[in-house]
Amino acid sequence: MNSIARPNITRRLIRRSFSALALFASLSGALVAAEPQRGGVVNVLMSSEQRILNPALRASTGVYLITSKIMEPLVDLDANGTPQPMLATSWSTTPDGKTITFKLRQGVTWHDGKPFTSADVQFTAMEMWKKYLNYGSTLQRHLEAVDTPDAHTAVFRYSRPMPLDLLLRALPDLGYIAPRHVFEGTDIQKNPANTAPIGTGPFKFVQYERGQFIIAERNPNYWRKGFPYLDRIVWRIITDKSAASAGIESGQLHIAPYSSLPLADLDRLKKDARFEVTTRGNEGNGVTNTLEFNHRRKELADIRVRRAIVHALDIDFFCKNFLYGFGKRGTGPIPTSSPEFYPQGMPQYPFDKAKAEALLDAAGYKRGADGKRFSVRLLPAPWGEDISLWATFVQQSLGGVGIDVEIVRYDAAGYLTNTYKDWNFDIATGWHQYRNDPAVSTTVWYRSGSAKGSPWTNQWGWESAAIDKIIDDAASELDPKKRRALYAEFVKAVNTEVPIWMAIERQFVTVVNKSLHNHSNTTRWPSSHWADLWIER
Amino acid sequence: MRVLALAGRRLLSSIPTLLIILVGLFLLLQLAPGDTVDALVAQMGGGDQKMVEELRRFYGLDAPVAVQLGRYIWRLVQLDLGYSAIYGKPVVNVILERLPATLLLMGSALSFAFFAGIALGIIAARRVNKWPDTLISTLGLVFYATPSFWFGLMGIVVFAIRLAWLPSGGFETVGAGYTGLMRVLDIARYLVLPTLTLALIFLAIYLRIMRASMLEVLTLDFVRTARAKGVAEQAVIVRHVLRNALLPVVTLIGLQAGTMLGGSVVVESVFALPGLGRLAYESVVQRDLNTLLGIVFVSALLVISVNFMVDLIYARLDPRIS
Repeated sequence: MNSIARPNITRRLIRRSFSALALFASLSGALVAAEPQRGGVVNVLMSSEQRILNPALRASTGVYLITSKIMEPLVDLDANGTPQPMLATSWSTTPDGKTITFKLRQGVTWHDGKPFTSADVQFTAMEMWKKYLNYGSTLQRHLEAVDTPDAHTAVFRYSRPMPLDLLLRALPDLGYIAPRHVFEGTDIQKNPANTAPIGTGPFKFVQYERGQFIIAERNPNYWRKGFPYLDRIVWRIITDKSAASAGIESGQLHIAPYSSLPLADLDRLKKDARFEVTTRGNEGNGVTNTLEFNHRRKELADIRVRRAIVHALDIDFFCKNFLYGFGKRGTGPIPTSSPEFYPQGMPQYPFDKAKAEALLDAAGYKRGADGKRFSVRLLPAPWGEDISLWATFVQQSLGGVGIDVEIVRYDAAGYLTNTYKDWNFDIATGWHQYRNDPAVSTTVWYRSGSAKGSPWTNQWGWESAAIDKIIDDAASELDPKKRRALYAEFVKAVNTEVPIWMAIERQFVTVVNKSLHNHSNTTRWPSSHWADLWIER
Repeated sequence: MRVLALAGRRLLSSIPTLLIILVGLFLLLQLAPGDTVDALVAQMGGGDQKMVEELRRFYGLDAPVAVQLGRYIWRLVQLDLGYSAIYGKPVVNVILERLPATLLLMGSALSFAFFAGIALGIIAARRVNKWPDTLISTLGLVFYATPSFWFGLMGIVVFAIRLAWLPSGGFETVGAGYTGLMRVLDIARYLVLPTLTLALIFLAIYLRIMRASMLEVLTLDFVRTARAKGVAEQAVIVRHVLRNALLPVVTLIGLQAGTMLGGSVVVESVFALPGLGRLAYESVVQRDLNTLLGIVFVSALLVISVNFMVDLIYARLDPRIS
């Protein structure tokens, strides 16, 4: 009798502690619908094939979407964008900002059973982040060494001051740790673990069937006891957007992350009670649609012409009618989704056709006999329906003020080569991605001195010594308040100059089947661990 | 033995063609702006100069074009198709992984189109200008005029979303672990929609050709002779007319086997099938030269062998051809 009764008590106890947990969670602002159920398989849409699955070598949403469940970074961000311990449990810096010490989590093992130690951190930082990781090699340019006084302490030594808050905001994306014992002494780029990742995360890699699917299953030895809830995650590779929508609607897929469905379908699914269509959980990864001016064209080198172009665009109209409201007027390089850095009251160029015409006249480009002032070639990047629509909208709008626009389309490689390597464009338009801190991937759009051909950097034939100085000062300023002020100064300067313009501010859209719970609860949720995600059955 | 010698001769004579195609394609792709590293960087959404240089060295793209071409041909002579940039493994493996799905899809679509096309073509020809003929010809026209991606998507909307009878995409149930007959049935369920989508256009072509050539052969003297000597109508159609009317359709199959290999990008994308068409498309977009050249190589070999088989079938159908 006794032995039967006991499990009931335990179960009740567990339930009680769960409800206590639920209460706590709802107090802290998270949504808890019901008691989590264990088990189940979640199918995730993967809209492009990945060459490698190693986030310590490749910083991209496509790689994170899969590997963030298998490998883990030192720190992650919570729903408010505050750094949270992952593989690092605490961190500190010295007054000169040149030494940053991480205390590492104890009792963590790799999926192959070996213990996780500071040697892994040292190896990953020096051999992967610094050498191969995109944005990582820039971030860690002044990293001189990582010392390992003991197995659970890693000391990062920099030759120039590294602001701790910058590093902590960058590390969720650029701070994934790879196992040293797997990579050491091999050709890192050819290592088989790049496509069959070994990590410390809540899910273990099982299989990557090219062109079809990737599977990861529950890691029973995960350091967060009792997690994850799911048995399996399957990423299904579906390149056709309409087919992906069909997969979501038929229930074959549960999650479509990173705006991977057609805009019209997103709008339709928004009204369907079975799904949640949300930008929540993507706050850390803002996207802005750009207008990149080639200052080698004399017309575009004139500040009045650039301002006139922005004045000529009714961006609010575009967002409402073309983007179905999935976007709003951009205000500068730092998006509103980054409250730590977003400055108020910066120079803006609202829609004003008459002013645009007046500015163009003042610049000396009067309308000719055919009503045209001059013509430009506009290159839209091929990665998104919105860019293509935007290019057409720009063409029509500028036509209205007498600037003739020819749209020239290329595929991805062609676009990058023509824009950033050959400078064979007048205006280019694509996406700028903001990654939690302006120093990670935003200021490179304005800082001079980028190597020719380096994509998403200042290739405009424009430079400003004053702005370069602000960027450099901000990147090594240790006081968060002063850094914030420097970035406000930066935004003011570039919003005045308009070397390029961030016209539309958007967030990625996630479509989730409502049978899933605990989703979209961090600022980079599709790229986070999903240990607490569960599915109702 | 004679067949083997013939096959050998065929293969030998196609080597120069093959070489010209491969070298031509290699040079053509040099004209496309950007290389595989650009494509990769585009996919990643960001990259810095140091990493880009590192990757160019890694993929051997830092050498001049002539050197790259020389390396490629030297490898080809050794029957080595090289290393795939997108997939990080030998091209041979990448293609072999995709071949089964492609052949299965193509094989089933082609045979369905062939047999259904012939059957419908015969019915239409026998009842020419009556209602079955009108119905079949109209249907054929509709099939022929409708783009296949639309058929595919409509099939998904009706059968996968509304009725939930068939899966909306994929090749088999992921992680179900079926074996033997269960697996065959599972894959068959997944292939119903893509096969029909791909087959409908070809079906339309075959049925029209079949109808036309049946009508033509039916007017020939030997048919009249056969009827005059009292051969049963069934036997006239099957033994005399059909055999002769089949020749154009067989020719067409030989021609289309090649296009079908590369022509299913749309269907493969819509149904998320891991086929060669999508692989080829992907390798163009990703500027993965080795993979693309490998696919061309394999496709060329397939076309050569299919045409060889068509020749053999010709000889069977019409003894005057030998």
